[in-house]
Amino acid sequence: MTTLLTQPVADPSALLARRNPVAKLAAALLFSLPLISTLDPLTPAIALAIELALLPLFGLRYAVLARRAWPLLLGGLGVLFTMVLFAADRGGTLLIGLGPFDITTGVLTAALGLILRLFAIALPGVIVFATTDPTDLADALVQNAKAPARFAIGALAAFRLLPLLGAEWQMLTLARRARGVDAGRNPVAALRLFAATAFALLVGALRRGGRLAVAMDARGFDSGIPRSYARRQTFTRSDTLLVVAALATAVLVLTTTIALGLFRPII
Amino acid sequence: MSAVVLRGFGWRHAGRRAWAVRDVDLRIDHGERVLLLGPSGAGKSTLLAALAGLLPGDSGEQAGTVEIDGRSPAAARDRVGIVFQDPQTQLVMARSGDDVAFGLENRGVPAAAIWPRVSDALDRVGFPYPITRSTAALSGGEAQRLALAGVLALRPGLLLLDEPTANLDPAGADLVREAIVRSRDDDTTLILVEHRVAEALPLVDRVVVLEAGGGIRADGTPEMVFAAYGDRLADEGVWVPGFRFPPLKSGSAAAGSVVRAEDITVAHRVRGVSMSVGEGEVLAVTGPNGAGKSTLALVLGGLLAPTGGEVSAFGDPKPPHKWRAATLTSRIGSVFQNPEHQFVTSRVADELAVGPRRLGRTGTEITGIVDALLDRLRLTKLAAANPYTLSGGEARRLSVATALATAPRLLVLDEPTFGQDRRTWIELVTLLATLRDEGHAVVAVTHDDDFVQTLADRTLPLTSARLHEPLPQRRRS
Repeated sequence: MTTLLTQPVADPSALLARRNPVAKLAAALLFSLPLISTLDPLTPAIALAIELALLPLFGLRYAVLARRAWPLLLGGLGVLFTMVLFAADRGGTLLIGLGPFDITTGVLTAALGLILRLFAIALPGVIVFATTDPTDLADALVQNAKAPARFAIGALAAFRLLPLLGAEWQMLTLARRARGVDAGRNPVAALRLFAATAFALLVGALRRGGRLAVAMDARGFDSGIPRSYARRQTFTRSDTLLVVAALATAVLVLTTTIALGLFRPII
Repeated sequence: MSAVVLRGFGWRHAGRRAWAVRDVDLRIDHGERVLLLGPSGAGKSTLLAALAGLLPGDSGEQAGTVEIDGRSPAAARDRVGIVFQDPQTQLVMARSGDDVAFGLENRGVPAAAIWPRVSDALDRVGFPYPITRSTAALSGGEAQRLALAGVLALRPGLLLLDEPTANLDPAGADLVREAIVRSRDDDTTLILVEHRVAEALPLVDRVVVLEAGGGIRADGTPEMVFAAYGDRLADEGVWVPGFRFPPLKSGSAAAGSVVRAEDITVAHRVRGVSMSVGEGEVLAVTGPNGAGKSTLALVLGGLLAPTGGEVSAFGDPKPPHKWRAATLTSRIGSVFQNPEHQFVTSRVADELAVGPRRLGRTGTEITGIVDALLDRLRLTKLAAANPYTLSGGEARRLSVATALATAPRLLVLDEPTFGQDRRTWIELVTLLATLRDEGHAVVAVTHDDDFVQTLADRTLPLTSARLHEPLPQRRRS
């Protein structure tokens, strides 16, 4: 499952998948951030439609995306559930009468708007990471966005250790049971056990991180010599075009909403 | 092509009262190959870290001087390469070739020169895969080969190897030693720290033994050093060549069956294993990596549910993985490969009290159990220490002691002697033999042939589950 969430799953030769990672990241941000400014459901709906329409250009299949984005779908369900329980405004037509939890068209519209916003804003990020090799991203951040190598390559190295955490968590849990430590049906004990196991996991992760840092410095990571690049990342005119097009599309979507008189500023 | 000169060298880590290493006067010439020995705690790793320039001035106090080709280690960093124990925390990149390139990038080697040097280094260590091979898919031995290539690509004059095979199974360790031999050239000075002396000797032409309290005890050719100091080194835990230990097999036949497994399977890991262990016997589970030995230990320990087959133990109608943890710990003691996974408190003595307390023993009973175990496993002096600060041997003894605290009749141990020095090895083997003779059933997963020869009453060899086609359905009569 970890690999499903961290490794690129797209056809790397697709038109937009092979754009520079920094360009993809910038385009995702420039496209989704303006959407935050409005509360209407139409803006995210248009944006989402555009995002889904562009998916084949990123070499992503819809089924693959759905599998990768399942936490997002879960989040959508969560929003729906929360709105049904806690929405203050229960106007509109009554659909199902549940007393204080009446499900009305008003509640559903509000929930739909929120879910659309969640999807529209998160999806570009999901697409970028599903179509980008982490090594390429770190290289591009250093070479094209002038991010410090200490940060970008350091994060990349730490990222490599992430899959170990799952196996480590399982061993820690089993080891606690072997020691006779379990929570039974007591939820407070379960919470304390969880916290203690998480702490042990963190301690182990920090120790491993420390050892990795020493090994990296031993190979000259802290030498202060300007690094050379074994893998070249280039930022071409097509990459600039992608960024500009993303921003222009976002502006166009917002303009449409304003023209239709549906724009509801967040402040 | 580097020479090392240490004069009165010592190092004390910040906040520690004792010197990690001190009074070392040593001269190592260009191209020499040195095995650095000493009892655990003599400061071998600290000395290597000092040579690699990995002891920043503010992390402790230095005495005397260290020079590499007449320069300080910090200034000579580009001449020195070091390979550590743990393969997982040395690799940086996702693809093997990129990982070797990492050090070259750090040194500012032009891109055009990087890739020829990468393939050259991979050739030298005999790395069998293309450069795009994922580093996550490598076995421990392959990962250490890659780490060695990453260091050799930088063409160090001084190569430091800090127990490079200690975390590996025998096959992995062979891969790494083979790579060291393959890549050796007469221009590189080599300093190797290694417990398993017999295997390390073909790699070196000089042995230096550090004294625990400081200074150097012995220095010379291997023959000379072992003739004069071999017995004393053996007593201190060094695996000197020619080690033999008398077998400690059970005198009587096993009684009954404590745990029985019938045709158990765990998806992708264990396939159709049947076995049974009785009171007063030691069963060794052997086989290559990936054969599912550790998974089998988890199933027998009641920690993992098998996906097929049946496990029954202690005459309980429920299989062990369905028992409550307190019941489990009173019957089966599991000892994990990595002791640190099992520590749940911050004091050694508290660690031993956890199990008995879960079983509802009184305060006096618990004190009695804890004191007896501390004494039996030579941990009394460390009663107040934090388990995470223990040495490898101490941590292993503590993890065995915690399993014994609830007096379980079945012990399941995963690689109990792995990476241990000779002294801890003898203590463990003797202890397990005693427990067996007292009527305990012992299951030990192990790669250690000496352990099997000395202690095992029966052996269960597993073959790799991945290498085989699905087994044909067995006909039941």
